[in-house]
Amino acid sequence: MFQELLQRFRVRLVGHIDGPLLVIALAIMAFGLATIHSATYDANNRVFSQVVNMLIGLTVMWGVAQLPPQKLMRFAIPLYVIGVILLVMVFLFGVKINGARRWLSLGFTRIQPSEILKIAMPLMLAWYFHKYETVLKFRHYAIAGLLLIVPFALIAKQPDLGTAILVGAAGFYVIFFAGLPWKVIFGMIAAGATAAPFVWTMLHGYQRKRILTLIDPTTDPLGSGYHIIQSTIAIGSGGSFGKGWLEGTQTHLEFIPERHTDFIFAVFSEERGLLGNSILVFLYLMLIARGLMITSNASTLFARVLGGSITLSFFTYAFVNMGMVSGILPVVGVPLPFMSYGGTALVTLFLGLGILMSIHSHRMLVKQ
Amino acid sequence: MRIRYTAPSTQDNELDRFRSRVMVAAGAVVLAFALLIGRFVFLQIIQHDYYITRAEDNRISLVPIAPNRGVILDRNGTVMARNYSAFTLEITPSKVENLDVTIENLGKLVEILPKDRRRFRKLLEESKSFESLPIRTRLNDEEVARFAANRYLFPGVEVKARLFRQYPLGAVASHALGYINRINKTDVDTIEQNEQLANYKGTDHIGKTGLEQKYEFQLHGETGYEEVETDSGGHAIRSLSRTAPVSGNDLTLTLDAKLQEITEKAFGDRRGALVAIEPSTGGILALVSTPSFDPNLFVDGIRTEDWDLLNNSPDRPMVNRALNGAYPPGSTFKPFMALAALELGKRTPQQTISDPGSFTLGGHVFRDDKKGGHGLVDMYKSIVQSCDTYYYMLANDMGIDNISRFMGPLGLGSKTGVDIEGESEGVLPSQEWKKRRFKRPEQQKWFAGETISIGIGQGYNAYTPIQLAQAMAALANNGVLFRPHLVRHITNSKTGEKTLVEPEPLRRLPWKQQNIDTIKNAMIGVNKEGTGARAFAGAEYVSGGKTGTAQVFSLKGADYKAGKLKQELRDHALFIAFAPAENPKIALAVLVENGGFGAQSAAPIARMVIDYYLLGKLPKGPAEEVDTPDEED
Repeated sequence: MFQELLQRFRVRLVGHIDGPLLVIALAIMAFGLATIHSATYDANNRVFSQVVNMLIGLTVMWGVAQLPPQKLMRFAIPLYVIGVILLVMVFLFGVKINGARRWLSLGFTRIQPSEILKIAMPLMLAWYFHKYETVLKFRHYAIAGLLLIVPFALIAKQPDLGTAILVGAAGFYVIFFAGLPWKVIFGMIAAGATAAPFVWTMLHGYQRKRILTLIDPTTDPLGSGYHIIQSTIAIGSGGSFGKGWLEGTQTHLEFIPERHTDFIFAVFSEERGLLGNSILVFLYLMLIARGLMITSNASTLFARVLGGSITLSFFTYAFVNMGMVSGILPVVGVPLPFMSYGGTALVTLFLGLGILMSIHSHRMLVKQ
Repeated sequence: MRIRYTAPSTQDNELDRFRSRVMVAAGAVVLAFALLIGRFVFLQIIQHDYYITRAEDNRISLVPIAPNRGVILDRNGTVMARNYSAFTLEITPSKVENLDVTIENLGKLVEILPKDRRRFRKLLEESKSFESLPIRTRLNDEEVARFAANRYLFPGVEVKARLFRQYPLGAVASHALGYINRINKTDVDTIEQNEQLANYKGTDHIGKTGLEQKYEFQLHGETGYEEVETDSGGHAIRSLSRTAPVSGNDLTLTLDAKLQEITEKAFGDRRGALVAIEPSTGGILALVSTPSFDPNLFVDGIRTEDWDLLNNSPDRPMVNRALNGAYPPGSTFKPFMALAALELGKRTPQQTISDPGSFTLGGHVFRDDKKGGHGLVDMYKSIVQSCDTYYYMLANDMGIDNISRFMGPLGLGSKTGVDIEGESEGVLPSQEWKKRRFKRPEQQKWFAGETISIGIGQGYNAYTPIQLAQAMAALANNGVLFRPHLVRHITNSKTGEKTLVEPEPLRRLPWKQQNIDTIKNAMIGVNKEGTGARAFAGAEYVSGGKTGTAQVFSLKGADYKAGKLKQELRDHALFIAFAPAENPKIALAVLVENGGFGAQSAAPIARMVIDYYLLGKLPKGPAEEVDTPDEED
């Protein structure tokens, strides 16, 4: 009797939770907490508040995992519409800080509506393709493209290139998984290459500067070049096995900017070396592999393209962040998933995990 | 258990296509991660030696160079706030093993007084341990040399050249200028919200009140950086490059420092406030709140004794009465009531009432100050002699909402928007206001009787001295109202370009010139033959004014005898004035807390201020009270 109760409780609690996904995410988070400690213990230790963020994230994940994907579908249109309306409001009367109009003031606090689109965009497009699944024509891809372009342009215009790339990528992955013809994809790449010089003229001054700095960081050693120079020194001086936990001189002599948020990878890399980097990259690879496995077995088109997009978003975050910190991509504000300090980003990530878990645990119930 | 479903062939195709795309994606992911690993191998194995050298031997650090804070000048170019450079001895607590021993040993090299230790302890409690904190400020050259010779004995202790703020005029205009003090946690939030964190890296002081606070980001300037090569211990070896800081912008005030000083002296040791405005621009000529304080006390961390003295004084010197104190306007309200009556057609200038010495409404008797009354009273006489009964009747005829609708656009009962913080709104009562103010329904109702005392500036209404001055200036300027402001222009330190702060009027009130002239004429009468005549006797210019007395303490039916009341319970004295009458150059409001009658203690201060401003006449001492044996008010 007691055994049975315990069993039922267990099912209720972990019934919808995917073990492998959770274990991998927690393993990355463990590295993350240790690194945050190293980056912040001498000033304002953020480990405790990151643990709080993490618990909030886990709760959100658990809650979302309980909802079957059909329920999630209902959020698609409202979330997208609200997100876009808020972006338009930002465009019209957003708060301008340092030349960027990204925030809406609510009086007591500021919100950044582009954050909503990180989830709303793939959700909306997945719903759209699901609705026209059986009659999919070229024009549907075109309309999907339009649904993608509008918020992307609004965010890029703010300007916030980092978030625009993440939102754009999440949307593109949905269209890609929904079967956008290869011809179109290659055509777009070709068109992109030809248009590059024109895009260059449309970029904001600081964006151009970042790309130029990437090619030669020494042209701007005090501005964005400084970040890249210092973080590559941190990574390079870490060597094979790193300088050891809490021993990173670049970190502790305060050479690394944003060292508990966007540049946390530099701290990790300096202290753990190539070995640590490889383990971390391997963990991300496992996370993505598990995500793709779940989406391959999903039972509806909605679940498949949404799951695929979320999984590849994890990849985008990780790749863009590590690429920028190690100096092969321009500096854009993208956090390292499950490592960087920050509540909003972490909750968004756990929300993504929750959706994947929901897709996995509800894969068989759909057609019953 | 797995459910195989039979789906139309298109779905099977779709699934196949999806799976093939997943494979493509997986391939791309592996490729991208391989690229990253390749980059790591390049940095961490192949170029490891190069980077380890750069990290270990060749650390380049950026040392922020704090910019010069902008100076503050009065309208004639007199310096009111400036900077000077001095050496300080600073300790970084986190780098010191035993603080007490270190301070003890430092004391053998340079003089460290108990007050220095106490201030250091206080700073230590308030700041993070890696910040460098001053143990001694203003070292002389000999002390600097003595420490430099022994520097190796004191890791974590440094001599630094710092800029200090100085207010050469001492306590003069301290409520307008405000002061700077060390940055605390709340300030950090403000800096962060303004996205200025990077720019404040080398700065440890920030404006806390007054203009220093309001114009902080103008005054601060842009931090420069010096790129220095450091050894592994973090000591600078040589400078590589230097980006010079850009000094903060200078403020030129509308304030006249000399006028300000004379005004403050005129108050003597009385508590009160005065705001003088140039009617044609809204520029504040003098903004006084007495007692005041010496802002220099705050500059390198105020001593606890000084702070307690300022903070616990019953005279509350830290409160800016000119902006923050709301007082009933008393009879200074009457000219505005009269103007409202003319504009709304409730009275003509010639219309007279017969004053029996009181007004009765609903069985309640509202008494005039003059027993037996003023006889036949027209508008001119009502202002010149300050007849209460005239205004009891007028208020009753107008009704509270008409009054509040007329006074609102004059700026009474709302913040003027002057360019320093700490303004209170005051109270402009109306039926709506009472509904908001009180919770219980029986308290929310407006009674007709409450309107009556509003007519003579008593009752619920309360305005700040700056609001009264603004209203006076608007009347003097024939209804063209400016936002009162202290800064005339900001001078960009880089380009020398001057930006005017408030060039445009806020509102043009649609009053008839004829009505304005009637009121001004009556106010001129006040200073010529009325309640202000004694204070303005022998003046070489024509001025207008109005006295007022605000009740602090409601005497339930008893007679007011100043001598018998404790000083704190005596009435507040008020006076508003403008001069010269034909083309007003100055408009002001004076308040003397517990000063008794306005004519007695407030009007003489106004006289001194105007005498100096128009004629350059210097007063001999504080304004003396003039006798007003049975003056009306």
